[in-house]
Amino acid sequence: MSEEQIKNLEAQFEERIARDEKIEPKDWMPEKYRQTHIRQMSQHAHSEIVGMLPEGNWITRAPSLRRKVALLAKVQDEAGHGLYLYSATETLGVSRDELYEQLHSGKAKYSSIFNYPTVTWADMGAIGWLVDGAAIINQVPLCSTSFGPYARAMVRVCKEESFHQRQGYEIMIKLANGTPEQKAMAQDALNRWWWPSLMMLGPTDAESIHTEQSMKWKLKRKSNDELRQQFIDQTVPQADLIGLTIPDPDLKWNEERQSYDFGDINWDEFWQVVKGHGPCNKERMKARVGAWERGEWVRDAAMAYAEKQQERREKQAV
Amino acid sequence: MKENLYKYILGIADNSLILGQRMGALTGHGPSLETDIACTNISLDLFGQVRSYYQYAAKIAGDGRTEDDIAMLRKEREYVNVLLVEQPDTDFAYTMARQFLFDVYHFMFLTELQKSKDLTLAAIATKSIKEVSYHKRFSSDWIKRLGDGTELSNQKMQNAIDNLWTYTDELFHQTEADKAMVKDGIGVDVTKLKEGYYKQVIEVLEEATLNIPESKYFQKGGKEGIHTEHMGYLLSDLQYMQRAYPNMEW
Repeated sequence: MSEEQIKNLEAQFEERIARDEKIEPKDWMPEKYRQTHIRQMSQHAHSEIVGMLPEGNWITRAPSLRRKVALLAKVQDEAGHGLYLYSATETLGVSRDELYEQLHSGKAKYSSIFNYPTVTWADMGAIGWLVDGAAIINQVPLCSTSFGPYARAMVRVCKEESFHQRQGYEIMIKLANGTPEQKAMAQDALNRWWWPSLMMLGPTDAESIHTEQSMKWKLKRKSNDELRQQFIDQTVPQADLIGLTIPDPDLKWNEERQSYDFGDINWDEFWQVVKGHGPCNKERMKARVGAWERGEWVRDAAMAYAEKQQERREKQAV
Repeated sequence: MKENLYKYILGIADNSLILGQRMGALTGHGPSLETDIACTNISLDLFGQVRSYYQYAAKIAGDGRTEDDIAMLRKEREYVNVLLVEQPDTDFAYTMARQFLFDVYHFMFLTELQKSKDLTLAAIATKSIKEVSYHKRFSSDWIKRLGDGTELSNQKMQNAIDNLWTYTDELFHQTEADKAMVKDGIGVDVTKLKEGYYKQVIEVLEEATLNIPESKYFQKGGKEGIHTEHMGYLLSDLQYMQRAYPNMEW
């Protein structure tokens, strides 16, 4: 293809996106579009899978049968999200095994929030309320992103996430209205998860390298800072309502902006965790790689069995 | 209180509770995403059944105890599950062998329980059997895949079956409460399930190219509350919150 032909195709491609048409896997797309989507979608899938670990940590210790069932279902939903996000990524010509390899080698990233430990039951509430809350704010715009399989996957993911968020908040309500010990547990969880949740919305706009291109391809509709403000404005009244205190002495309603002003985020901590030195980065990778390696003989056996069955069927057919 | 009925319900429900707890612990650590989801699903089904049974037991106890009190606040000696379901997840072969050896029994048991004169138990059985029919298919398929997969998987599955075989006979033991319930037309006479059980199990093992264990030495005790050493650790997790923060609502 000549350079001019490619330019033509690119122009048509950008026009399609501008017209809000969906790009489908078999359509022509610029290589950079493909690579950006593989990166972002697989990162999203990895986050779902690694995100199962901190919550999975409390399945055996959930305080009641009702909570245990809800937690199991939630973590299972995350596995489901991972599954269809990996499948959607595979439509771009990369295999799930390759994507796992990128996760296990540390080449691919996942959401840094999952590198924090879940140390009390209240963390199950805080994660649902804050982490899923921030995730929804990040993800709702993706329901109308330009790449068809991603947009469709996100419609389902967002529905379930919103259910998880309510479930998490409900855990917090129960604790906040419980005994002093339970309320303290809830406050402690909020103290620990608040700042990492704000960091989840990504670096400040000045530091964010992908924003402009992502806006054009509708992978993003608002900047990180706008999303963060939206999250804070939405969450502070929820904390007030149940009598918990946001751990930010600088948090204050700004009448003029009709928004909350908030304190400085510790970006050194953010980058430390992103670069692999958070409290649980090593444990999370060890768990993922361990499950993969322990499962190798199982996957090999399933493959060998399927081949044998195939041979038997072919022989019978002859 | 109908003491025998209460005990009888626990005898059924504790199996699902302990196996559900085991399967739930694997969430996020499965050999593939698909099996991970399936194992969580089995755990979810079992806990769903557990809740129906314990809610019914709580009603019969009638002394203010809740489903959670029954599930999480008994002493180890008061749990009456069979030893099979508390066995650890040594590897995926053990997980599937344990599941399979229980599922075949569970399916036969629920089939009969549907005919119970106790309408609540019959209704729970009817609801549960659909789920258990799926569990049985899932675990049977894995017995075949691993048994007839690679040399290594065959060896691991054989090892798991050989070591768990010793816990199968207990499934067909009867406690005094069991006998009383059978007499009243409420309980299932498990002694009558034994022959059909081994026939079905052996069929699958043979298809999976596995050897049928020859050992005639069996372990028992779970139904009387005497458990293996694994049980205490399982219960410390299960009961942790209820013990550390007593008398609270969650």
